[in-house]
Amino acid sequence: MQERLKELQAEAVQKVEQSASLKELNDIRVAYLGKKGPITEVLRGMGKLSAEERPVMGALANEVREAITAKIEAKQAELEEAAVQAKLASETIDVTLPGRPVKVGNHHPLTKIIEEIEDLFIGMGYEVAEGPEVEQDYYNFEALNLPKGHPARDMQDSFYITEEILLRTHTSPVQARTMEQHQGKGPIKIICPGKVYRRDNDDATHSHQFMQIEGLVVGEDIRMSDLKGTLEVFAKKLFGEDREIRLRPSFFPFTEPSVEMDISCKMCGGHGCSVCKHTGWIEILGAGMVHPNVLEMAGYDSKKYTGFAFGMGPERIAMLKYGIDDIRHFYTNDVRFLKQFAVEE
Amino acid sequence: MFVSYKWLQDYVDLTGVSAAELAEKITKSGIEVEGVEVLNEGVKGVVVGHVLEREKHPNADKLNKCLVDIGAEEPVQIICGAPNVDKGQKVAVATVGAKLPGNFKIKRAKLRGEESNGMICSLQELGIEGKIVPKEYAEGIFVFPADAVVGTDAIALLNRDDEILELGLTPNRADCLSMLGVAYEVAAILGREVKLPETNLEPAAEKASDYVKIVVEAPEDNPLYSAKMIKNVKIGPSPLWMQARLMSAGIRPHNNVVDITNYILLEYGQPLHAFDYDRLGSKEILVRRAHDGEKFTTLDDVERTLTSDHLVITNGTVPVALAGVMGGANSEVTSDTKTVLLESALFNGITVRKASKDHGLRSEASARFEKGVDPNRIRPAGDRAAYLMAKYAGGEVLEGAAEVDTLTVEPVVVSITLEKINRVLGTNLVMSQVKEIFERLQFVASVEGDTITVTAPTRRSDIKIEEDLIEEVARLYGYDNIPKTLPVGSAALGKLTAYQKKRRVVRGYLEGAGLYQAVTYSLTSKEKAAQYALEKREAIRLAMPMSEDHSVLRLSLLPQLLEVVKYNSARQNENLAVYETGNIFLANGTDVLPEEREHLAAAMTGLWTNHSWQGEKKPVDFFVLKGILEGLFAKLGLTDKVGYVQAHVEGMHPGRTADILLNGSKIGFVGQVHPGVQKELDLKDTYVFELSLQAVLKEKTDDLQYEAIPRFPSITRDIALVANKETVSGTMKNIILEAGAPLLKEAHVFDLYEGDKMEEGKKSIAFSLKYAHPKRTLTDEEVTKVHEKVLAALKEKTGAVLRG
Repeated sequence: MQERLKELQAEAVQKVEQSASLKELNDIRVAYLGKKGPITEVLRGMGKLSAEERPVMGALANEVREAITAKIEAKQAELEEAAVQAKLASETIDVTLPGRPVKVGNHHPLTKIIEEIEDLFIGMGYEVAEGPEVEQDYYNFEALNLPKGHPARDMQDSFYITEEILLRTHTSPVQARTMEQHQGKGPIKIICPGKVYRRDNDDATHSHQFMQIEGLVVGEDIRMSDLKGTLEVFAKKLFGEDREIRLRPSFFPFTEPSVEMDISCKMCGGHGCSVCKHTGWIEILGAGMVHPNVLEMAGYDSKKYTGFAFGMGPERIAMLKYGIDDIRHFYTNDVRFLKQFAVEE
Repeated sequence: MFVSYKWLQDYVDLTGVSAAELAEKITKSGIEVEGVEVLNEGVKGVVVGHVLEREKHPNADKLNKCLVDIGAEEPVQIICGAPNVDKGQKVAVATVGAKLPGNFKIKRAKLRGEESNGMICSLQELGIEGKIVPKEYAEGIFVFPADAVVGTDAIALLNRDDEILELGLTPNRADCLSMLGVAYEVAAILGREVKLPETNLEPAAEKASDYVKIVVEAPEDNPLYSAKMIKNVKIGPSPLWMQARLMSAGIRPHNNVVDITNYILLEYGQPLHAFDYDRLGSKEILVRRAHDGEKFTTLDDVERTLTSDHLVITNGTVPVALAGVMGGANSEVTSDTKTVLLESALFNGITVRKASKDHGLRSEASARFEKGVDPNRIRPAGDRAAYLMAKYAGGEVLEGAAEVDTLTVEPVVVSITLEKINRVLGTNLVMSQVKEIFERLQFVASVEGDTITVTAPTRRSDIKIEEDLIEEVARLYGYDNIPKTLPVGSAALGKLTAYQKKRRVVRGYLEGAGLYQAVTYSLTSKEKAAQYALEKREAIRLAMPMSEDHSVLRLSLLPQLLEVVKYNSARQNENLAVYETGNIFLANGTDVLPEEREHLAAAMTGLWTNHSWQGEKKPVDFFVLKGILEGLFAKLGLTDKVGYVQAHVEGMHPGRTADILLNGSKIGFVGQVHPGVQKELDLKDTYVFELSLQAVLKEKTDDLQYEAIPRFPSITRDIALVANKETVSGTMKNIILEAGAPLLKEAHVFDLYEGDKMEEGKKSIAFSLKYAHPKRTLTDEEVTKVHEKVLAALKEKTGAVLRG
């Protein structure tokens, strides 16, 4: 009997080792450890044994049973693990295939430039002021020291609707309106972005509609040196810390003195190249101290208050910054153009 | 203004300052030099030659065989094709080895068997533009005056060894529309003297006023009219140096008298006009406004119809010149002219501008009157011209001038304190520096204490107020020398308004949803303006549009956005999603500003998802756009205020379009472009929306308030219903939510079937309903009770029943 049990154990262990699937293993379990299995059968024959032999044999039978069970469990774990591995292996993917595309659009390059400039000036304490695109002649010209018949009106031939109403030719009327709203009191720090319109034939460098951003600071002690310092902060933040600025005298009816600001050419580092027409400098914006007539017309006492103003063209800035060669690209909206401005710098 | 570097040296010593250096200095102190043109780019080896013999080329009808003395040991034979070449002429000869513009090298050659040792040149061949070459030489070679020395450099004689500074003048600096004006500016910059031109004449016996009487009927248009008389002029070519200077400035030489008036225009900035006195037919000059409908033929032989807006110079009866704009053919100087009446006058800029605009005659003269001439330079300019006519046209200048003078020239005196200059500029200048600057400018300046009083010369009419003086100080002190500071004062906080902030949110959201931002024109055609307008109003039209395509202000954004789709589709960008924010313009009546309303529009076409290797392709449809809108309104906290109803919008698919409602009012629409319109524009299925962004952004949103996260589980029940086909899901959902309140928290459609397995006119629609209680776990019975109520309501109001 003892031998029979040992034999069964060896036999079962061998079968377990040879088994290749969980089902086979289960069959082995049922075959050897089941109620109809050989071990049970052996135990049934224990009645024939002596009282001394019985517990010894019983213990042995349990030992065998446990050994087989342990073996089965070990094998089962092994088989399960192999099955998991096989499943994982079969699930392998080609990780170099492209991902599921997430569609993302982006700002128009002009909006990108405008928001960048807005944020820069907001950081310096400015607010963003907006105004109508269809303006009264008064705000567009007269309040800016450009009376009717003024020769400087030729500089910006305009789209009139009636004699008194026109499409604004610059965003300066927003300045005039803002000053008027302040009723001659208190400081102003605004920038005014927006669309403007001039009678130009559309070509590579002209557009009958374009953007402008103007800035205005009015206060009791605003100096030309403040303008210079402000513009330098702006230029370095927008174009790079290594860029230099210079101011050149110029003329605008609404500022006196008036200046134009150049930045050093990025292409040649100021040595002169075709981009900067061999001057080493690139014109960026016009600026100046607010003309006393403009302050007075808006109700400010020009003896007490001074101010500075500046204005620039986002198209020009975008063209310089990104190397765009034709202003019409901005208004054609070719998606192959638009999608190039997705990157946040 | 084109400024000759060589000519400028007549008035200012430029020793040690090259043209390029001068350009840099002028630019830095206020007038932008837009370019420095080196006139003679590489031309060399061109000398004055003397044509000794000329005969027909033996083998060619149109060629001449010339023997030319070029100052070498032997005369050379040159074949010349110019029709005007002749024996005895002094001509420009490009000798063998010479270089002409375009790197054209002259070699010894044989032309039809005859040797040619060089080329006799036209001015065009030397690089001068055809339209400024004197007429008589325009079709052939140029002939030098007889006194030109054989063998000398022809390039230098023609002033082609000069450099031209192109000044970009702003309207306030009309004083630099003359060589003298530029001379004053340059002298101030360099700190050097100005030498004035020669004008002195011998006194004459006869007086100009004996020959002509001036009457001015419109003194406000013509405050000063001065006429000089020059007798016995001999019309002929002007001296070569003068012709050369005129050509360098872009003016075509004519004859000595006309050239001198043009020369003075450039030198003094004062327009002059020379009349043939004998052709005037009277001894009177009468200046008056023209009669309405009066006819007048200008010297370009165009008959013009005048109005009372125009000022004319007449001989007492008929016009002989359109004042300040152009002379008349009837009194023009010709080769037979003997006596010249020389007009030097001041005409009102606005009057001149009106006339030059009305007749399309913008000239060097009219431009100067429009911008203002120096009232103190009118007589000197006339004197200088008379002097030159005596010298170069052999004329006798009569004593004085016939004049009418109602002009009062008050010099402008401005005082300013040093403190103000430094306060505005942010500088620390001392008075001596400021005074020195005004002295360099030749402004009379006197100092008393902290105050400097400056008398501006009349040539600088732009100097009127304190700020003008500050500018003069700033530009001559140098902007480079002004310090850099930042405004001091209250540290105000900069920020966007709520509206501006939300507009950025909208852009960011739409771009995150896959749309690109477009910017299109506000001006459009009349036809397009009317399409897709939310509010039908007459579009605002420009008084003078440049083209019909850009003649009115838009009433909607979609027409142009559809153009963007069309443009891209035609260029293989078939999967497109774009949006735009921009104003539309609603008329409020004449001479009243229109209402500008910010709109948002989007257009999408092609595939929405396209995952190529997984074979996944989903075209854009109505619900893609609606989903984007729902997300947008959720982002703005407006979900509960927005609704959609089936709608008919012109140009849109009648079955696939919804109005977008905000608080029950229409603010826009969403849907598919009408297939007919799609076909017309050559578009594939395109879905769009347009709405009033202003209405959306101005809508108040509730303040954010935290709501406790539910602590008790919810219970979900799904229902599948058989409903009438025309019962829309939105209606059913509202009924469900109403009937299920307050325990029913959410309801959404999760299945829809309208196929042929359904009874005619019916559809199957399934909703998922979520019940919850904030304070406890719901029991099954509780839910069932409410659920029954929901089903009953649906049945009662729509006839929908649970699917069997």
